[in-house]
Amino acid sequence: MSSNHSVHREPAVRIVKRDTVTMGKKIFVRAAAILLALVVDAFFIFFVTGLNPLSVYRVMFDGTFMTPIRFSWALRDLATLLCIGIALAPAFRMRFWNVGAEGQVLVGGLVTALVMVRCGQSLPTPLLFLVMFVTSIAAGAVWGMIPSFFKAFWNTNETLFTLMMNYVATSIVACMTNIMRGQASSLGKLNMSNQAGWFPQFGITFLPDILNQRYTINILSVILLMFGMFLYMKYSKQGYEIAVVGESENTARYAGINVRKVTIRTMLISGAICGFAGFLIVAGRDQTISTASAGGQGFTAIIVAWLAKFNTFYMALISFLLVFLSRGASEIASAYSLNDFAASIIEGIILFFILGSEFFINYRMIFRGSGKEVQA
Amino acid sequence: MDYAVRLRHVTKTFGKVVANHDVSMDIRKGEILALLGENGSGKTTLMNMIAGIYYPDAGEILVNGKTAEIRSPKDAYDLGIGMIHQHFKLIDVFTAVENIALGLEKNEKFDLKAIEARVKEICEKYHFELDFQQKVYEMSVSQKQTLEIVKVLYRGADILILDEPTAVLTPQETERLFNVIRNMKADNKSVIIITHKLHEVLSISDRVAILRKGEYVDEIDTAEATEASLTEMMVGRKVELNIGRSEPVNPVRRLSVRNLTVYNLEDVKVLNDVSFDAYGGEILGIAGISGNGQKELLEAVAGLQPAAAGSSIEFFERGSENVAMELVGKSPRKIRNAGVHLAFVPEDRLGMGLVGSMGMTGNMLLKTYGKGHSLFTDVKAPRVMAERVKDELEVVTPSLSTPVSRLSGGNVQKVLVGREISEAPTVLMTAYAVRGLDINTSYTIYNLLDEEKRNGVAVIYVGEDLDVLIDLCDRILVLCGGRVNGIVDARSTTKEEVGMLMTNLRKEGTAREQ
Amino acid sequence: MNSSLIAWILRAIPFGTIIMFGSMGEIITEKSGNLNLGVPGIMYLGGFAGFASSYFYEKLSPNPKGWVCVLLALFCAVAASMLGGLIFSFLTITLRANQNVTGLALTTFGMGVANFFGVFILNGASYTAAPLAYASFSKKMPVLSSSFGTVSEILFSYGFLVYAAIIMAVALHFVLNKSRVGLNLRAVGENPGTADAAGINVTRYKYLATCIGAGISGIGGLYYVLDYNQGIWATTGQIEALGWLAVALVIFTTWKPLNAIWGAYLFGMLYWLYQFLPGVLGIHISSYMTDLVQMVPYVVTIVVLVVVSFRKKKENQPPASLGLSYFREDR
Repeated sequence: MSSNHSVHREPAVRIVKRDTVTMGKKIFVRAAAILLALVVDAFFIFFVTGLNPLSVYRVMFDGTFMTPIRFSWALRDLATLLCIGIALAPAFRMRFWNVGAEGQVLVGGLVTALVMVRCGQSLPTPLLFLVMFVTSIAAGAVWGMIPSFFKAFWNTNETLFTLMMNYVATSIVACMTNIMRGQASSLGKLNMSNQAGWFPQFGITFLPDILNQRYTINILSVILLMFGMFLYMKYSKQGYEIAVVGESENTARYAGINVRKVTIRTMLISGAICGFAGFLIVAGRDQTISTASAGGQGFTAIIVAWLAKFNTFYMALISFLLVFLSRGASEIASAYSLNDFAASIIEGIILFFILGSEFFINYRMIFRGSGKEVQA
Repeated sequence: MDYAVRLRHVTKTFGKVVANHDVSMDIRKGEILALLGENGSGKTTLMNMIAGIYYPDAGEILVNGKTAEIRSPKDAYDLGIGMIHQHFKLIDVFTAVENIALGLEKNEKFDLKAIEARVKEICEKYHFELDFQQKVYEMSVSQKQTLEIVKVLYRGADILILDEPTAVLTPQETERLFNVIRNMKADNKSVIIITHKLHEVLSISDRVAILRKGEYVDEIDTAEATEASLTEMMVGRKVELNIGRSEPVNPVRRLSVRNLTVYNLEDVKVLNDVSFDAYGGEILGIAGISGNGQKELLEAVAGLQPAAAGSSIEFFERGSENVAMELVGKSPRKIRNAGVHLAFVPEDRLGMGLVGSMGMTGNMLLKTYGKGHSLFTDVKAPRVMAERVKDELEVVTPSLSTPVSRLSGGNVQKVLVGREISEAPTVLMTAYAVRGLDINTSYTIYNLLDEEKRNGVAVIYVGEDLDVLIDLCDRILVLCGGRVNGIVDARSTTKEEVGMLMTNLRKEGTAREQ
Repeated sequence: MNSSLIAWILRAIPFGTIIMFGSMGEIITEKSGNLNLGVPGIMYLGGFAGFASSYFYEKLSPNPKGWVCVLLALFCAVAASMLGGLIFSFLTITLRANQNVTGLALTTFGMGVANFFGVFILNGASYTAAPLAYASFSKKMPVLSSSFGTVSEILFSYGFLVYAAIIMAVALHFVLNKSRVGLNLRAVGENPGTADAAGINVTRYKYLATCIGAGISGIGGLYYVLDYNQGIWATTGQIEALGWLAVALVIFTTWKPLNAIWGAYLFGMLYWLYQFLPGVLGIHISSYMTDLVQMVPYVVTIVVLVVVSFRKKKENQPPASLGLSYFREDR
């Protein structure tokens, strides 16, 4: 094929890494990607359902914004997704692929539920919450620590390990819910009688209606976490160590950083926050536990954390976009008697476009015959 | 005369750096040509152009009398040219035969047995020893090299280029390799061997071609050459550099290395019983062909390489000259926590000395971020320090937060050196501090090092340019094969003397003078 | 032979076949250095395309034929799954997107597509069936399946895809280890730089391996719907769990197709362990423990992963460049 070596052809496209990208360009590329994805989605909606895509998008918008209660649901979902995304940020910064958030959330939630049931009658409320809080983050931390331990000492592939840990957690939760439900057909809400361990639902009265939330505790604690994690990653000594280890282990050793210690410690933190997300889900959202409690958010959060490049505020934006999509899609589903899975398709397409668009942010394409020959 | 390859006015530049300038040379059929030159003299680049890795900017290459366009390694193979690189291109989990079969032409039947039979023929012809079913990861370096050579021969190469093939071999393995090379010559193949080792040049080659600073200097028939004449041709006449060198004032012993032995990950002894002292107020140069233990020496002192039992590295901190602090067995963190002011500018700037994705400010923190008991890193001090380094060393950067990986090589080095000297070190170690830098930046670095020396710092300068070593340093320690092959006074030595020490390991016992 | 043991095997083998297909596809993909976590999504696509095509064929054709049904379903399943693989390839190979994230997005997407369109076919019912497809896919071998009593029952009472899976695993073993293509493919996954230098088209190998791998994984989804699940389509999350089990099996086999044969059946046995514990092994467990027993395949996989990393035996490691993008820097 190319054995004819006297003919030289410059490749049609050469791909060169960009040195600098302006903020404006980044925003432009991403916005263009989302817009393109929405156009593709519009075609999809039109061809499959024959509906006018614009009015469908309009309905979609209603899914989040039509009533305060819907908006509060959206914010509640946002809080959950963002919380897990925040948990993953330090791990990803360290280039540790924690794809086990789903499991870490589940064990955190499970422990919360167990404490609610076992101690709901006996402990005073503040102490009960404290125990729930501590045990849930401990459970998540342990779940996250196990793969990191093997990674640190034997370089066991963490992507595959954490992935498998998800299903171990699912099985344990399935088993425990079966025990807890006893003869009943389903578990139902825990502590229905005295609501022990339930987050009180309240709004902040002086705020306008739209911000008057039912899930204030969930939202506030995740906002705190968002700021906390941002500061931790950017300004703390440990955050600095994480960044160095993620960049180059050699540099880390040169700087006197104990790579093993940092690996394990970071996963303890990552797992702990996942466990905390489980706590929020069980105590603040569902008041019960099931294998679906994490609901795939552990996986979606991976995408959130990756796309936001470790910046927790970007994470909030991306989480909001995804929550908006899924809320909107269920709205479409009920309005046009379609089904919820439309959300997954629309979400999938948008993710594909955003993932693909990163290429145009990081690389430049030089087409054959443009400029280079002239210079040479 | 029958030429296998002829180069005509070949020039190759990388950015502003000229790697080869107007090189014309010939390789005859059935000869062994040694290509001799110091590090960075452009030997490998020149050969890479024949092997299809690079394409010359100007000039032409003739193969077997015809102009050839060599655009890829495959083109080179088709012309019968094969190169064995220093970094082997082998798949670890494959057997020898599988590696040879990789990427072969599609039109022949895939039959490992048949390939093995042909490989066997080649091995018998040239007396290679190769276990065809052995996996590459189980092979020694020398076996891997044999496999690479067989692979190239299997593809029908008549012209073989070996890039420093003996650097990784024991003397016995080297002898075996040379026998094979002689067998290939007998079979009318042309062999080019890139090397620094003069005695090997004399024992194996028919002719020697010498490159210096990217230019073709001369060629000589091996029969007429001596080690002295080759050294002179290789290092060239001494060039005065006008590096300001101050006289050492009141030298105080700061570092005392005794019997330092280091094994690398493959369990090869890379440093062998090294002993020397470094004094405050002087620059100790370390010369040697690269890969003779320089990297391991500095890393061992910095706590990054484990030293073998019996080694000792004693450090004498300022103000406590009588207290010897043992560094062997201490991690970099422990060394720092013990109050030792040791600065180290490693060879791999972005892969070890700096964090490429962080800005100057972030990089200033690298060694000191842990100071104090606060949970958070100090925000102000590193910014002030970055500001100062930027001003004093004239670092060109869009901002203090621009990732340093985006800066030019010279600015990257300024950031690194700037950080290291700002900690008021007692001992400052630098590895190839001016590699890849332009003349101006290089002089900035020389002046900085001399200034540190005048401040009473013990400076250790690992370098490759002999002119610089002789003009900048006070004493020069020459490493050869992981041993100290001599320590000379830089003011009175000659390039030839250092060159000889670099290339000829002296007999045991004589290498221990202080 | 103990009758519940036979019943156990009769459950385990079809179950194993689903994940055997899934993991064989993923083995091919991973051998090229691509870690595709979109396997569950791809199995959804394959399963749904296979089901939908045969469903409509049965419904619309006045005189549907079994073999047409089989071919049509196989074709559609493979085509749909390869399309999923193509999306993954384009994003990760050409656009250099992160493999883990892209794979997870593909899982979301595949599950969405299958269930979304599935709901249209269901049209309000809780399930729909493609009976002819089921009959054709699960057709037992004519003589062998009845002549030898128990042996026949254990060995020859399955649909043809069970045997196709075994044949494919053996064939895959030979392709990977005894052919030029296999050698080159493995080289690409181990060290794309070296493969490139040897004149192998790395990009083409990665694309082809990922798409073909996706096609094979998709057959797993097809087998699940049209044979294992008796030709019934219902909206469930079952395929997703099977997809992850297939990923686990790849690790368990240490990337060797021959191990996938017994590994898949072992996973099948373990999956159904809880039902047969009392009958076969005489162990009685409380009903709530059944879910706990289901985690055994994953735990076993983790143990394999850890042991492999302890022993550091090169042959059992993941392909060295697994999960990494390759691009030759401009020369």
